[in-house]
Amino acid sequence: MIHSLFLINASGDIFLEKHWKSVVSRSVCDYFFEALERATEPENVPPVIPTPHHYLINVLRHRIYFVAVIQSEVPPLFVIEFLHRVVDTFQDYFGVCTEAAIKDNVVVVYELLEEMLDNGFPLATESNILKELIKPPTILRTVVNTITGSTNVGEQLPTGQLSVVPWRRTGVKYTNNEAYFDVVEEIDAIIDKSGSTITAEIQGVIDACVKLTGMPDLTLSFMNPRLLDDVSFHPCVRFKRWEAERILSFIPPDGNFRLLSYHVSSQNLVAIPVYVKHNISFREGSSQGRFELTLGPKQTMGKAVESVLVSSQLPRGVLNANLNPSQGTYTFDPVTKLLSWDVGKINPQKLPSLKGSMSLQTGASKPDENPTINIQFKIQQLAISGLKVNRLDMYGEKYKPFKGIKYMTKAGKFQNDCHLLVIQKIAG
Amino acid sequence: QIQSSIFNQRKAHSPGHVCKNILHVPVSGLLFGPWFLCRNEDLKEMLESNKESLKLEAMKRIVGLIAKGKNASELFPAVVKNVASKNIELKKLVYVYLVRYAEEQQDLALLSISTFQRALKDPNQLIRASALRVLSSIRVPIIVPIMMLAIKEAATDLSPYVRKTAAHAIQKLYSLDPDQKEHLIEVIEKLLKDKSTLVAGSVVMAFEEVCPDRIDLIHKNYRKLCNLLVDVEEWGQVVIIHMLTRYARTQFVSPWREDAVFDENSAKAFYDSEEERRVDQSKPYIMDPDHRLLLRNTKPLLQSRNTAVVMAVSQLYWHLAPKHELSIITKSLVRLLRSHREVQYIVLQNIATMSIQRKGMFEPFMKSFYVRSTDATHIKTLKLEILTNLANEANISTILREFQTYVKSQDKAFAAATIQAIGCCATNISEVTDTCLNGLVLLLSNRDETVVAESVVVIKKLLQTQPSQHSDIIKHMAKLFDNITVPMARASILWLMGEYCEHVPKIAPDVLRKMAKTFTDEEDIVKLQIVNLAAKLYLTNSKQTKLLTQYILNLGKYDQNYDIRDRTRFIRQLIVPNEKSGALSKYARRILMAPKPAPVLQSAFKDRDRFQLGTLSHTLNSQASGYLELSDWPAVAPDQSVRNVEVVEPVRLPCIYLQKNGNAVKVESRSESESGSESSSSESSSESGSELDSDSDSGTDQKKNTKPKPVQSKPFDAVSWPVCVSLQASSPVFVPETSHELLHRMTGKGLSAQYRFTRQPCIYGNSMVSLQLTLSNSTDQALENIHISEKSSTGQNIHRFNAIERLEPQASVTVSMGVDFNDSTQAANFQLCTKEDEFSVSIQPAVGELLLPITMSEADFTKEQGKLVGMNESSATITMTPENVSSQSVNRKVVSVANLGVIPSGQENIYRFSGKTVSSGSLVLVSVVLKDPDAVITINTEKTVMGSMLLRQVKTALTNSGP
Repeated sequence: MIHSLFLINASGDIFLEKHWKSVVSRSVCDYFFEALERATEPENVPPVIPTPHHYLINVLRHRIYFVAVIQSEVPPLFVIEFLHRVVDTFQDYFGVCTEAAIKDNVVVVYELLEEMLDNGFPLATESNILKELIKPPTILRTVVNTITGSTNVGEQLPTGQLSVVPWRRTGVKYTNNEAYFDVVEEIDAIIDKSGSTITAEIQGVIDACVKLTGMPDLTLSFMNPRLLDDVSFHPCVRFKRWEAERILSFIPPDGNFRLLSYHVSSQNLVAIPVYVKHNISFREGSSQGRFELTLGPKQTMGKAVESVLVSSQLPRGVLNANLNPSQGTYTFDPVTKLLSWDVGKINPQKLPSLKGSMSLQTGASKPDENPTINIQFKIQQLAISGLKVNRLDMYGEKYKPFKGIKYMTKAGKFQNDCHLLVIQKIAG
Repeated sequence: QIQSSIFNQRKAHSPGHVCKNILHVPVSGLLFGPWFLCRNEDLKEMLESNKESLKLEAMKRIVGLIAKGKNASELFPAVVKNVASKNIELKKLVYVYLVRYAEEQQDLALLSISTFQRALKDPNQLIRASALRVLSSIRVPIIVPIMMLAIKEAATDLSPYVRKTAAHAIQKLYSLDPDQKEHLIEVIEKLLKDKSTLVAGSVVMAFEEVCPDRIDLIHKNYRKLCNLLVDVEEWGQVVIIHMLTRYARTQFVSPWREDAVFDENSAKAFYDSEEERRVDQSKPYIMDPDHRLLLRNTKPLLQSRNTAVVMAVSQLYWHLAPKHELSIITKSLVRLLRSHREVQYIVLQNIATMSIQRKGMFEPFMKSFYVRSTDATHIKTLKLEILTNLANEANISTILREFQTYVKSQDKAFAAATIQAIGCCATNISEVTDTCLNGLVLLLSNRDETVVAESVVVIKKLLQTQPSQHSDIIKHMAKLFDNITVPMARASILWLMGEYCEHVPKIAPDVLRKMAKTFTDEEDIVKLQIVNLAAKLYLTNSKQTKLLTQYILNLGKYDQNYDIRDRTRFIRQLIVPNEKSGALSKYARRILMAPKPAPVLQSAFKDRDRFQLGTLSHTLNSQASGYLELSDWPAVAPDQSVRNVEVVEPVRLPCIYLQKNGNAVKVESRSESESGSESSSSESSSESGSELDSDSDSGTDQKKNTKPKPVQSKPFDAVSWPVCVSLQASSPVFVPETSHELLHRMTGKGLSAQYRFTRQPCIYGNSMVSLQLTLSNSTDQALENIHISEKSSTGQNIHRFNAIERLEPQASVTVSMGVDFNDSTQAANFQLCTKEDEFSVSIQPAVGELLLPITMSEADFTKEQGKLVGMNESSATITMTPENVSSQSVNRKVVSVANLGVIPSGQENIYRFSGKTVSSGSLVLVSVVLKDPDAVITINTEKTVMGSMLLRQVKTALTNSGP
């Protein structure tokens, strides 16, 4: 399946290679570089590139291209999903997935890649299993290892590998038993220039951090499970139980994991928590344009809207902008024409605004593109869909765990590291 | 190259080492220069030192070199010496090195082979597995026989993890030496029977790579694979689902018939009417239950977090499910659109293909395909494609409004693609053609050149479909002509002028006049169209254009481009009659002014469905190497009985189970149920036991007496059983699931116990009956030290289970024990003890459980029966209830009462069963002769008491109706 893997940084250097079958020369990456040259943006490189003898499947994350070399038919999503899993694993191990982190930990990276694939077919991708085989590097462990001469590599087959709950290792012990669940919702909307919603949907996830001793069996129930339109589960969730009772029943993995992702369909009315008033105009024949923007909260259940960031791609004709924010700071990049305004928290009593003028290229005619406005924000303690966790019960163990649930609403489209699109307001 | 590598190596190098080693540089290192040699000498020295830490450090640096793609093959001899190191991390790094360079250094690599062969016998399964992984990854042809042997051995290993590695090794060996195919297929066949979810995915992968055409190997495993699927790891799921899709297309009939009626309950009618169906095609379609099984068992996987699994299930439904069931995959596919960019790309491609054939599936989710300004260009174009496919009379106005905003996008390539899409919508939906055309005409005054150019090209295509009504648009374009600079657009307008010059008789010659002036400055593509226009006008309106045409033809004659010179020459000969031009010029008008069919604007995904969805070939729209065609549905389903499996019931060997609240937290049971592996079970149970509670020391005494042995213990030998005749013992035909109460939780103060007979030869002793005991704790405290008391109250010999150290509340555990009942139904009494209490319990066996089945031929049966007559024979006549008369029901009734083997009978109404008593091994023969409406049951055995008891039980069983 997967023959080789090349890691390529933003400046086009291959800084790591790994082969699982016979060695494929790194010159195969020339085809990738060709595609990279043709693409205007880094994101525009096609994920699948055919070459005379191989196929290159790549993903771009953290400004690193992970290029897998394939020789014969394989479902492309299989490879893409695996590469993303590799990135997730690196992130899990090193905290960040950057070129520097990978280079610093090249031996661990190699050991991990060796365990994750055998002959190009995934062998162990569960983080719990990998961590038993290869312990994540910490400063303490490095020091201890140099003194005692012990190693980072496990000698026994991880217990999870053979059991029917491969995601959980056995013999987990904690002095403080805790289970935290974060309900994070991202709202995704497009609003047209008159202010009416074109699309709005909510994409939610429940991320868990479970540190419980032994083999706990948890059930999580919701006040209003019918809200959830479409769900996908971590393999630990018992699907039958959900089908029948709408209860999440599972033996959790140890540590951090994503329990559930869900979607609240656009059929239900999605409340948009902020509004934008804007007036962007250019006069014909004049080299000046007027810019006015006001933000305000709407349907936030009394919770504060925080970390607000507004960005807008101004028309190409705009030379510079001279604006005056009532709060926060703004920047305008005259090269990319990107205006971004870091608003901070919205105070409902005194609405933040950004006003001023734009100077246009002299002689240029009135720009005909409508700038779009993207907004990012966060609201703590609120799940905008109204989803509420009812209770969490634990069976199978005796102790009383500490349980915590946190809600948060964000604006956003992708969990990806690409630029976040949030509310797109078509002005003009 | 060398220079830079030296530079890099130096950077990674600690200065202290460099300085020290400069002193050791031999002067003879002329070829590579002192630095390079120094570096390797340094690492070599470290590898040869006695200190583990130095060796490890050296290996880490070497791995760093490999990762950077530097050549470290020189160090091979020094590295390979460490292959047998005790330090597991060092060993692993050496493995990494070996796999990378063994192919280049074949002779030296052979030095390491014996180490791996030894490691293959290691008691630690991880070491066995990794030895096999490395051994099979060393691509040295000389060791093929060794690899073959190792794979064969590992395929029967007790550890499923090792067996999984063996499945991977099959593919490696196959790519190294394809001549081994036949042998490897044998191993695959064996591994396909494996019941472990860990192995399933890998062996199917091997199957797909080595022998994808041997569909016959799948038949017997089909149902098992379907049932295991949910528990297989996610990567295996993808591979299995793709394979089963292919399988199903060869084995089942198409569910896509127009008049299909979906009634799976009348399966019987289906079997009976095989002949009829062929005659009468309008017979309702009934889905094969196996086909349904596959669809049903894959459906929950749509909720998987793994996008590849969701896509695999979606393509399975697309290719196999009845059309009306397809809609369930829509939502899941739309969900995947919120995943990473690369995932979106693949999913959108597949949706594009689907949406051409079935608009309805995705229409409700149209808004999910709206383009966002942050999407990558290839995502945007795919979304456009889908929106175009989804357009119909009802939603076209919404889509067009959306398209209008896209046209204004700053991404010009995307704006151009949108204009193409508008053109597509206009041709597909005749109601909006005019609206679209007007919209496109408006775009002609757009400031952006690419937008205008693209609009012209699309308008040209649209006008071709109905030119007569649109002469004003052509006029409008002629007016704009001067402002348009994009060559393709200019060429398009000129072509339109020429083609429809009769609709614009006044303007066309004027345009030609202008072009004559600028001819020399135009691009080639425009020049060709000028020549074309001139020729067409010459034919229709020669009065006005004769001179212009000749002027243009003269310009063309001396053009720098040979295409244009050729074209000019050709046109001149064609349209200007002279003595040499011959017959062709007569047809000039018909050649040039022939009505041309309008171009069809169609999706690029039109014919993608020739490839299986979700595959690489589908993504590339060309066949990738190793692509396996999806066959068409067979007209008549092949024999479906091939998928039937004889084994009635998988039997679990004694092995520990943990149950919590009934939510099956099963710890993998290595239950190979087939006779032959029994003797190894004590080992496996102790192994799983020790893995289970590794934090407590409950398993210590188990560990002590049954140290896990890597070497297979000798298989169960039938001859060693004390059977008076040389008859073969066989596996039980039927194992009842019913368990009997041993201790009620009320009497047991919260401890309850149940037992059931496994009907397997007991592993603890040849004369014992094997029992499975399930103990559960219904109190709210843990029970400790559960065991059977040493002192037995009756004479029976009991093999006790190992004491259970601790049983958590609400948990239960299953253990096995053996009791020698000494061929009597006298109850075995013993004490079940916990830390605090003792409970007297007793097990009363039914006489049928004191037997073991044996097989023999019919002739042997009659011979043996002849010896056991007189007082050894007991018989009775009964009246059978009509529903019991069928052969199946007689067989089932008898084997459920007693653990007997069925003897294939030559006569229709005589049924024979044989077995032997467990303790003494005396033969027990049962025959049932049907004489409508009566039946005579005869039992022959030396053990007359047992015989008469058995007779009574068989009698009751056969007279009772019901199952």
